[in-house]
Amino acid sequence: MNAPNSAEQRRDQAPQDVPRSTVTLIVNGTQHTLTLDNRTTLLDTLREHLALTGSKKGCDHGQCGACTVSVNGERINACLTLAVMHEGDEITTIEGVGTVEHLDPMQQAFVANDAFQCGYCTPGQICSANAVLQEIAANIPSHVTADLTATIEITDAEIRERMSGNLCRCGAYANILKAITQVAKERA
Amino acid sequence: MDFNQSTDDNLFDHARIVGKPHARIDGALKVTGQAPYAYERHDVAAHQLVGYPLCATIAKGRITHMDATAARAAPGVAAVVTTLDIEPLAQAKSNVARLFGGDTVAHYHQAIAVVVADTLEQARSAAALIEVRYQEEQGVFDLDAAWEQQTPDEPLSDVGDVDAAFKNAAVTLDEVYRTASQSHAMMEPHASIVDWSDGGQMTVWTSNQMIAWTRKALAKTFAIDLETIRLESPYVGGGFGGKLWLRADTVLAALGSRAAGRPVKLALPRPLVFNNATHRSGTVQRLRIAADAEGRITAFDHSAFSHTLPGGSGENPVNQTRAFYAGASRRVAHTAIEMDLPESADMRAPGEASGLAALEIAMDEMAEKLGMDPVEFRILNDTQVDPEDPNKPFSDRHYVECLQKGAADFGWEARNRTPGGQREGQWLIGQGMAGAYRGAPTMDSGARVRLQAGRLVVETDMTDIGTGSYTIIAQTAAEAMGLALEDVEVRLGNSDYPVSSGSGGQFGAASATAGVYAACLKLQEEIAQRLGMNSPRFEQGMVIAGTTEVALAEVADGEELVAEDTIHFGDFKDTLQIGTFAAHFVEVAVHAHTGETRVRRMLAVCDAGRILNPVTARSQVIGGMTMGVGAALMEGLIPDVERGFFVNHDLASYEVAVHADIPEQEVIFLDTTDAASTPLKAKGVGELGICGVAAAVANAIYNATGIRVRDYPITLDRLIDQLPKVS
Repeated sequence: MNAPNSAEQRRDQAPQDVPRSTVTLIVNGTQHTLTLDNRTTLLDTLREHLALTGSKKGCDHGQCGACTVSVNGERINACLTLAVMHEGDEITTIEGVGTVEHLDPMQQAFVANDAFQCGYCTPGQICSANAVLQEIAANIPSHVTADLTATIEITDAEIRERMSGNLCRCGAYANILKAITQVAKERA
Repeated sequence: MDFNQSTDDNLFDHARIVGKPHARIDGALKVTGQAPYAYERHDVAAHQLVGYPLCATIAKGRITHMDATAARAAPGVAAVVTTLDIEPLAQAKSNVARLFGGDTVAHYHQAIAVVVADTLEQARSAAALIEVRYQEEQGVFDLDAAWEQQTPDEPLSDVGDVDAAFKNAAVTLDEVYRTASQSHAMMEPHASIVDWSDGGQMTVWTSNQMIAWTRKALAKTFAIDLETIRLESPYVGGGFGGKLWLRADTVLAALGSRAAGRPVKLALPRPLVFNNATHRSGTVQRLRIAADAEGRITAFDHSAFSHTLPGGSGENPVNQTRAFYAGASRRVAHTAIEMDLPESADMRAPGEASGLAALEIAMDEMAEKLGMDPVEFRILNDTQVDPEDPNKPFSDRHYVECLQKGAADFGWEARNRTPGGQREGQWLIGQGMAGAYRGAPTMDSGARVRLQAGRLVVETDMTDIGTGSYTIIAQTAAEAMGLALEDVEVRLGNSDYPVSSGSGGQFGAASATAGVYAACLKLQEEIAQRLGMNSPRFEQGMVIAGTTEVALAEVADGEELVAEDTIHFGDFKDTLQIGTFAAHFVEVAVHAHTGETRVRRMLAVCDAGRILNPVTARSQVIGGMTMGVGAALMEGLIPDVERGFFVNHDLASYEVAVHADIPEQEVIFLDTTDAASTPLKAKGVGELGICGVAAAVANAIYNATGIRVRDYPITLDRLIDQLPKVS
């Protein structure tokens, strides 16, 4: 009932404090130095401490892909990694991909192909989609790559396989495939 | 506006915007991550704290002891409320188990405490410090063991002479089918921010399909005045029926807020969603069909069982059997067996999806027994009247056209006709089809429109759960007022706005657009009166009567004009069967050695009245087809029948279809309108899309392998011992 008035007061009164660390992250080109509870995931750091809520929390266990962001150019599930493990890392979230006024080509293609419904998995799908095209361009093989020595083609099967860590319960998969294929063709 | 008879020719029959493809008007917000979902609204209330739930780890019994001393003393903790701290909360009708309060545990993962702290990390850590002791009671958890012992409920319907029909039939079928319990598994877990800091005014930012219902449920649950509650849910990260009701996230956030004197936000951690929240009950269905030698169905006998907590209604899968096909005699019964598994409730096409999963395999089996093509068998048994009441016609039914068009476009003629007879390397190839029938209910729905300097703002408590409500409502208002789509702003999901149908039961799109149309007609009257015009036309931003033209931007002299109305649907609809229909065609490949099933292509042909926006409607249908593939091949909550909970309670072990599972999907909408449905002659498609899909996949697997599986999901273990011997 008589709750202390501020977070600081409560922290002061607590019998033991929680271990904290200071970490510097470069998020969408902006440097942020934060002192965080060591248990804070990268996802919660983005959403709760930087108010970058475009990255979504669907499961918090690396099972749905809604939190996909780019760290130093590679996509990861932001819920599966702690912020303190990313000192100096460059992170790109959906907010760094494009804005309402200036959509990135992948974002435009998602709108044009109705590649989403409820929109909750969408930022993760888009971050993954951009990464998938980079991974294929870098000739990184997937489970469905038949010939590991050949140049990997952008096929429906390659895209579907590489996007399969991003769940979409509304079932927009067929439209997401169209959106990614459209962007791949535009780039080719 | 009263809708008391079928509508005549109207402006929607000559539409500029309604019925045309338009990208979602909320699209840019969603693809940039700027659409605000419930848990992430930092801006709406200052000094938000974080709540974390503790849930019961027994399925049935009572709590004998809880000690939250350590949790209360943990760093950052502002408040702890345990279920023993308060009296049992009242239960809204929509909740079968109480949501919180008291010492009784009615199901596994029922909420028993909420911890409120500065951060998620602190709240989660402190919740783990609460000690709980239980007195466990024996529960009943095994539907498969229970149904044969159960005395069935009285039939819901018993017409003609079923027993005589079976006695005299040339061909009969009698089989048992099983559907698995399923989770909505929407991507956004249940989440709310609640500000009830002073225990007076309660403001709720949540993720919910039904604003007015949930507001009422909150008033009932907390025994507070409805007027003190305000609720917002502008964006919903998927619902599928799982967010129709008030659930524990909102209740715990409210209790936490009152205790801490701060706004509290709380999301159900994903592993708690499956057993704490609701699911679709599994079913066991015995289905008998009788037919004469020509293939005319003479009787159906469909008896089904599902599970529910005491007082609930389970999953009734027999209603489609009552009206889908012709046949003079039929008896259907559903028995909801009271069991102690978590709460079963509505999920996308509740009843229909489960019932058609069984019925449409049975139809395939009957066709085979009769030596008939499954498409022809269905066409022969089409009906244009309610077979239980031949005086009640279908208002607009084009199921036969769905079947014919689908067969032609899919290349049904060229299909494999010998089960197990088509092979490509290690893959057995098969084609299957199924029919779909889902009712098209409508609900009274209100809206308010504001004309502001030639722009229109629409306000209604309707929700957009991915269904496209924002866009089709803007299209409707733009059409009615003679505006461009860009001149309409749509505001949804707020209890300050007029009460709408909400999103559920496939009634949302048809009802809410009709309500918006009603409000626009009210505004038109007001404008006409103001301008002294008689029945003016509204075109291209102008109000036109005879030779007089006034720009909409100038009718109010800089003031705002506001109009509000609700569409009321009359009981003339009770004299009709109003439904939606589809035919699904599927091709699968089943690996001859492993039994792995891959869906290779899918086609749906739908008859659902006027399609308001073919872009968003198509997405609804492919979404249903995708969920139907999940139901057919992988989705199933597995009960621990000793301890009474669903074991696979996360997104890694409850498998839904992923990108790699879904092939090319084609959707064709027949160009139909249903004048008895709404002024827009529209019906829903969101639930039609899932109906029948699972059976089409099952029938294709049979065609590929010759193995008839009647238990969903059709995982490879159900096939592997019957596959061809590996040489």
